[in-house]
Amino acid sequence: METARGRVFRYGDNVDTDVIIPARYLAASDPKELAAHCMEDIDQSFIHEVKTGDIIVADKNFGCGSSREHAPIAIKAAGVSCVIARTFARIFYRNAINIGLAIVECDEAPEKIKAGDIVSVNFDTGVITDETTGETFQGQAFPPFMQKIIDAGGLVSYINNEQA
Amino acid sequence: MGMTMTQKILAAHAGLASVSAGQLIEADLDLVLGNDITSPVAIREMDRFSREGVFDKDKIALVPDHFVPNKDIKSAENCKCVREFARRNEITNYFEVGEMGIEHALLPEKGLVIPGDAVIGADSHTCTYGALGAFSTGVGSTDMAAGMATGKAWFKVPSAIRFELKGAFAPMVSGKDLILHIIGMIGVDGALYQSMEFTGPGVAALSMDDRFTIANMAIEAGAKNGIFPVDEKTVSYVAAHWNAQQHPGVGEGEEAVRAYLAERTFQPDDDAAYTAVYEINLDEIQPTVSFPHLPENARTFDQIEDIQIDQVVIGSCTNGRIDDIRTAAAILKGRHVAPGIRCIIIPATQSIYLQALEEGLLKTFIEAGAVVSTPTCGPCLGGYMGVLAAGERCVSTTNRNFVGRMGDVTSEIYLASPATAAASAIAGKLTDPRTIA
Repeated sequence: METARGRVFRYGDNVDTDVIIPARYLAASDPKELAAHCMEDIDQSFIHEVKTGDIIVADKNFGCGSSREHAPIAIKAAGVSCVIARTFARIFYRNAINIGLAIVECDEAPEKIKAGDIVSVNFDTGVITDETTGETFQGQAFPPFMQKIIDAGGLVSYINNEQA
Repeated sequence: MGMTMTQKILAAHAGLASVSAGQLIEADLDLVLGNDITSPVAIREMDRFSREGVFDKDKIALVPDHFVPNKDIKSAENCKCVREFARRNEITNYFEVGEMGIEHALLPEKGLVIPGDAVIGADSHTCTYGALGAFSTGVGSTDMAAGMATGKAWFKVPSAIRFELKGAFAPMVSGKDLILHIIGMIGVDGALYQSMEFTGPGVAALSMDDRFTIANMAIEAGAKNGIFPVDEKTVSYVAAHWNAQQHPGVGEGEEAVRAYLAERTFQPDDDAAYTAVYEINLDEIQPTVSFPHLPENARTFDQIEDIQIDQVVIGSCTNGRIDDIRTAAAILKGRHVAPGIRCIIIPATQSIYLQALEEGLLKTFIEAGAVVSTPTCGPCLGGYMGVLAAGERCVSTTNRNFVGRMGDVTSEIYLASPATAAASAIAGKLTDPRTIA
């Protein structure tokens, strides 16, 4: 059973890819270098406080704006184990699946979960547990096709497997 | 159940008689696009594929346009990576500085997208080509890599919102005002995962450049794509920019091209399902400005007080086409940019630049105290060529006014039409272009 568990960083609506990784750093493509500036324009303390396994919880339309894959790459390389949001912008959603950053859509959880809570996510069942409050929420499962991409570890491995 | 325009194009590319919203399909692609920011990431992913090379060297477009001419050493390295990949794989449609333009203005001009195509691009504004009656959508670098390797992409078939247009714009009002109005109405996630289909008698009154601007910003409402029906204006545009090399099977001459396009034109079915329908009278659209820091913060001038500004940018994939440049020139002619204001004008492609030169528009700009730049996306995403300092305000014809988008996190971007931007440059403050006599 695959799970994520960590401390929550809480953000609001429409967190765009320009604040996730500002364009002034886009000439770089090394994940570690991108991670060093992750969330810089919305939360300067994020990168100093984030620990491996931590979880981002946001409201609607997370990852809107640019198609830059640098955004989910930076979040993943910063150590974030899962992003939970009420909705995701569609390019970010695709990109996260394609690069193997765990994401869960859930309308209810962001309403209740607070910054600093310890949250765990069971990817098999989609159940999100706020261990700080004891509340649980049902996240939306991926369609089987997308789950196959995730299980393969991303789109490239999936295509390689299909053609093998 | 009938299909929308987008659903018909996707069905045709998936080899299916019909598709419905929510269905997962694999579609054949007519073009895969990347730029100097997204392509290097895709090119590195390509090495991980067990297969070698690209699916079709004629169906990939590589356009270094964001940070070129190279703004720094890292940008130069990225462009070198794209250039060498293009050479190694003999990519037909690689555009070096000198031929390069802003990708979404360049590709239609070069005849690389035509009605009925299915296109992905590793740039969110790839949705621009919906103006030509094509399905086109932005993706990330890994999808671009997979597209370059296999010529295919997976899609969830989108549902659609229909915008039924009637009437025609009043003077000094353009496609930018309409799309800002629509985003203000439905919000930055108002069309999330959906298509925005623009239909109705009002479409005929929109120039192709208006349609490009409107489709371009569909992503700012969260949409997967924006799309227009194909009419005589579309066909004339496509025939005028026909790229015979890309379509060797099509005969010579305009008649052959028109016959070919007729087969690739998809109208929505009468019983196609839409999640919402909005009727919009173009006569009622007014100059519209989106205030910081979201494109949905749209206001008309009756809701705007004095906003002093520092900079004006006229250009980008949204508004750097010849109509936009002409509109700006008509307002700036015989006038001067206000003292202390930097006015930066960026024709989107070399051919637009040349046309502006031949029409005397560049002279107008320089005499008015504006600067004119070679094509680049530069200032729109805070790359270079107009980055903002702390607290500065810019009226910009670009597409995003997010926090820090054009520079310092305390700077502000006001999204507007070329007419509003030019009028604001003269007045030194956010200005209704209808007040410039």
